[in-house]
Amino acid sequence: MSAPAGGGLAWRQARAGLLLALPSAALILVFFFGPVLYGLWLSLTDFDLYAIGDPSAARFVGLGNYAQALGAPDFWNSLRITLVYAFVGAPLSVAVSLAAALLVDARTTRWKPFFRAVYFAPVVTTLVAVAIVWRYLYQPQYGLVNAFLGRFGIPHVDWLGDPHWALPAILGLAVWKNFGYNLLIFVAGLQNVPRELHEAAELDGASGWQRFWAVTLPDLAPVFLFVSVTTVINYFQLFAEPYVMTQGGPLKSTNSLVLLMYEQGFRWWRLGYAAALAFLLFAVILAATAVQMRLQARERRA
Amino acid sequence: MGELVRDFEREHPGIHVSVQQIPWTAAHEKLLTAHVGGSLPDLGQLGNSWISEFGTLRALAPLDPWLARGGLSRSAFFGGIWDTNVLDGVTYGVPWYVDTRLLFYRRDLLARAGYQSMPTTWEGWHECLRAIHRRSGRFAIFLPTNEWMSPVVLGLQAGSPLLADGGTRGAFREPAYRRAFEFYVGLFREHLAPAIGFNEIANKYQELERGTFAMMVTGPWELGEFARRLPDSLQTQWATAAMPGPDGPGVSFAGGSSLVLFRGTKHPAEAWALVEFLSRPEQQVRFWRLTGDLPARREAWADTTLSSDVRTRAFGEQLQRTVPCPMVPEWEEIATRVYEQADRAIRGVVPPDTALADLDRIVDRLLEKRRWLATRHAAGARRS
Repeated sequence: MSAPAGGGLAWRQARAGLLLALPSAALILVFFFGPVLYGLWLSLTDFDLYAIGDPSAARFVGLGNYAQALGAPDFWNSLRITLVYAFVGAPLSVAVSLAAALLVDARTTRWKPFFRAVYFAPVVTTLVAVAIVWRYLYQPQYGLVNAFLGRFGIPHVDWLGDPHWALPAILGLAVWKNFGYNLLIFVAGLQNVPRELHEAAELDGASGWQRFWAVTLPDLAPVFLFVSVTTVINYFQLFAEPYVMTQGGPLKSTNSLVLLMYEQGFRWWRLGYAAALAFLLFAVILAATAVQMRLQARERRA
Repeated sequence: MGELVRDFEREHPGIHVSVQQIPWTAAHEKLLTAHVGGSLPDLGQLGNSWISEFGTLRALAPLDPWLARGGLSRSAFFGGIWDTNVLDGVTYGVPWYVDTRLLFYRRDLLARAGYQSMPTTWEGWHECLRAIHRRSGRFAIFLPTNEWMSPVVLGLQAGSPLLADGGTRGAFREPAYRRAFEFYVGLFREHLAPAIGFNEIANKYQELERGTFAMMVTGPWELGEFARRLPDSLQTQWATAAMPGPDGPGVSFAGGSSLVLFRGTKHPAEAWALVEFLSRPEQQVRFWRLTGDLPARREAWADTTLSSDVRTRAFGEQLQRTVPCPMVPEWEEIATRVYEQADRAIRGVVPPDTALADLDRIVDRLLEKRRWLATRHAAGARRS
């Protein structure tokens, strides 16, 4: 089959569509797929400091970088930490967002715009400034966190200096810093839950908790899927919080995969190896997202 | 800095210098990005441990043609420091200010243990540390286990080259380094030094004041910090001393900052004029007065204020005996591995010999690229 020589309506429409899509498609091609393919090629070479000075010093190493990563304790350590960020930090963040959204959206709450703005403020505050304040909060001897815990007789914790506590400390900061974004999405979702459903449920004698489970949550399902997928992906890529607070320490206990990648790529200039780490992280995120989508799809069918 | 540049511009009316200051912690990344983006300045200050990295990146202009005109030469500077600017026989930087490490200690605690001054040999030093420990029941010295300085400096003192075969293999299992390593690890095993890193201690000045330890190994910026942070009662009690060595006064590491010309510079002559200006002894002294950074040029040390302060003088003495760390771009990472392995031995996870064998294995793997480049280079030389 071929289009008529004069160009039928369908063909003209298709051409117009193509032309309209072309600019953004070209941009995506050049600025997204181009670098991705280049990165893939890079991950198969040992491109490093020497190769920046003299390109002929780069060698093709096949899957060598991937094998090296899978054999390196540092990689597994960072993967473990990244999984904690993603599967402890992200659910925590979503839960806090949802709880805060319910409070903000509650019928009895006054000054809603004010609370929305307050909760959103950390999202738009510069992380470096936030980090300075949080470092004071976490300061072992004079910090507010320890002073508060001390009132309940809890002994002082060296939040950022103790390998066991640094990870929870970073998670606390990350959750506080980011929950406001999802809060706004949840609030928008909550406003779309029809009032009649709540009223009907109330007439049937449902308690607040029952209404939450039976009315609010099911109606929020699409929003919930979007929020949880993007949040998990964001937490997989957590970088700035540990970078400014601990630089991955102490004893690499907060060293996320992206931080490891950054260190290998831009501190030691092993760009080939860092590119391989990037693709491994991509594979991990892809797998985790696929699992999430499948779980949610099954839930909806059930 | 602005003050020095103003004087330079007054002296050279045709030259305008625009100075951009960047925080030290961001400098390395910023300069590398500038190199890749082709926006490096004409002239810059570079930590001398970065010279090999930027040299390998071909970001630096060789200075030998400029040096050949006379004016500046190695003999005017501390030799060990100058050598940190030379890569494969080519000079890429002129030392601007220097940094080295030595002992800061409390004279009263040493005196209480029966010592009027710091011993100069490892053996004497070891005895002194033991005496302090016996006397006080506390630690004698603070050597942070997450810092490479001490295990590296002791290695240099024992005569270890750290790397062998033109910087292509680790030399940590060889007798020289092994001797230093066993000495270092022993200080912790004997409880003369606490097995903790610097972030496990809230305030080292406070701990020194309390007598948790009597000395530490650190650098020239501490002269100002000690004066500021120690209480008045201790101001007459703290002192500095050059590093002891295996058999007499020991070497320390050659650090500091250099002035370099970047390869892409369009004004090499003007930039070089500024290097010469900043390297004059009187400008070096002025810079020291303004910032506290120690001058790299020997003549500057003849200045009375520099040599009259006994604590600063220890640095002048130590600077006569400095050795550069290996000039390979991988050095910073290798140094990290050194203290990681030392930490394992200190905590008794593995015996020292195993730690050193592991260290050599790790370092050899890091340097694989250099071996390949050396072979390729040799093959190329044979062909031509």
